[in-house]
Amino acid sequence: MLQIDCPWCGPRDETEFSYGGEAHIVRPSDPDATSDEAWADYLFMRTNPRGRHAEQWCHAHGCRRWFNVVRDTVSYRIEAVYRIGGQGPGGSHDPA
Amino acid sequence: MKKYSLFSLARNAFSHHQNWQPAWRNPEPKPAYDVLIVGGGGHGLATAYYLAKEHGISNVAVLEKGWIGGGNTGRNTTIVRSNYLWDEAAQLYEKSLQLWEGLSQDINYNVMFSQRGVFNLAHTLQDVRDVQRRVHANLLNGVDSEWVPVDRLKQMIPILNVSSDARYPVLGASLQRRGGVARHDAVAWGFARAADARGVDIIQNCEVTGIRREGGQVVGVDTTRGAISARKIGVVTAGNSSVLAAMADLRFPIDSHPLQALVSEPLKPILDTVVMSNAVHGYVSQSDKGELVIGAGIDAYTGYGQRGSPHIIEGNLAAIKELFPMFSRVRMLRQWGGIVDTCPDACPIISKTPVSGLYFNCGWGTGGFKATPGSGWVFAHTIARDQPHSLNAPFSLERFVTGHLIDEHGAAGVAH
Ligand SMILES: Cc1cc2nc3c(=O)[nH]c(=O)nc-3n(C[C@H](O)[C@H](O)[C@H](O)COP(=O)(O)OP(=O)(O)OC[C@H]3O[C@@H](n4cnc5c(N)ncnc54)[C@H](O)[C@@H]3O)c2cc1C
Ligand SMILES: [Zn+2]
Repeated sequence: MLQIDCPWCGPRDETEFSYGGEAHIVRPSDPDATSDEAWADYLFMRTNPRGRHAEQWCHAHGCRRWFNVVRDTVSYRIEAVYRIGGQGPGGSHDPA
Repeated sequence: MKKYSLFSLARNAFSHHQNWQPAWRNPEPKPAYDVLIVGGGGHGLATAYYLAKEHGISNVAVLEKGWIGGGNTGRNTTIVRSNYLWDEAAQLYEKSLQLWEGLSQDINYNVMFSQRGVFNLAHTLQDVRDVQRRVHANLLNGVDSEWVPVDRLKQMIPILNVSSDARYPVLGASLQRRGGVARHDAVAWGFARAADARGVDIIQNCEVTGIRREGGQVVGVDTTRGAISARKIGVVTAGNSSVLAAMADLRFPIDSHPLQALVSEPLKPILDTVVMSNAVHGYVSQSDKGELVIGAGIDAYTGYGQRGSPHIIEGNLAAIKELFPMFSRVRMLRQWGGIVDTCPDACPIISKTPVSGLYFNCGWGTGGFKATPGSGWVFAHTIARDQPHSLNAPFSLERFVTGHLIDEHGAAGVAH
């Protein structure tokens, strides 16, 4: 089981959290003007990397707030935790 | 290939079984092939076999980064059934089930396919409605399926806890009598041997690290054993499919998750069928060696680590113990994880891609073992003819753009 450091509550067991998938996916601002391909990419296509992954977690059984995590998908080691809208490692919004 | 038979068994007994021919050759990769299959799991090996058998294409190599069958093929709980809800899925899995029924004879290898029946339990009134709806849909698709009320269920599986005091009482089940289990390793080895006999090169310890293209046409791969050319490449790498897709600058609607299973110490025969429950999430059968074979759920997060978290197992065993109280003191021997390639609609992608000559077969997620022969059969057709068979045409990559998903998620629940 992972131990996740909630930016608001501190380190807690993984079972207190729910997983929200890849982070930094931006909803097309004008869906009517978006092609089916671009919409499919937004809705379904995922990076699913073998290695560093920026992902969303929610502290569902705690403060119930969402935040971002950078985790290695092979070692499962958590490299960084940061708030939504905050800066990931490397200073960019998309650390992967 | 020397045929396996009672006679060959007797003949080899005279030489103390020292002179059996190896089941497949171990060739060096050639510089070029007509078709390359990436991934030596059951699906990749079956694809190579049917390419040679059904389409006369035998200048084929299967490239496997580890050993054949070492991925999900050798890690799964081997449940085989075809009772899916939607027409497209039912027909695809039913084709596969029909191939299972003749497979040991066809490839001259005992895959120990045992049609001991598969029960899917219903625990709530909504479960009952859903299961009965699926039974009726199955019958309309020519898939054998029946509803078993709880009193008959008690007679058929006496050790199942059907008491109304159970945390989630069992109200009945669907039964597919033609479903069952098979020996996973034998499926990989049998397809490898049969493909090899038709001229296919099985190349192990050969990891594909790049996919070469020229002007939108695939021309070969880079591997840890050098570059190999081919103008047709079928990728069948299960949990690693997104990694392979990225090598061709493609993005797939797939998430890779750890999925765990475990087996108990061997017991005397106690469970002669397969029992699955979506609602409490557990499924169990008993192997011919006597071990209880128990499957758990996926970890919520994506991962490639071929191991999962203990709390998943804990929840899973609680469910098994509630269904079968007499298993409460059974000791578990081994536990492991595989990496499953889950798709948003819990259905596979067996498809051409925007790169000409590059085909993908993936997205089987938690339930592709049952499809091994059928998946290979339709994928071989897709590669040989450069167009899908009518059975796999609905399972294209384009469905995520058109929106024509085949939503088995709610319908089939636990998709094993
Ligand atoms: C615990 C568990 C229980 C399951 N239970 C069931 C069940 O009861 N019933 C059911 O129907 N299904 C079940 N499944 C799902 C089933 O195992 C899979 O859907 C199926 O086996 C996939 O077969 P495959 O041949 O596509 O994949 P695999 O057997 O995983 O083969 C893919 C191969 O590709 C190789 N590979 C990856 N990357 C590369 C590369 N770069 N170069 C070369 N080779 C590469 C891998 O080493 C691997 O051998 C279960 C899975 C798990 C993990
Ligand atoms: Zn919190």
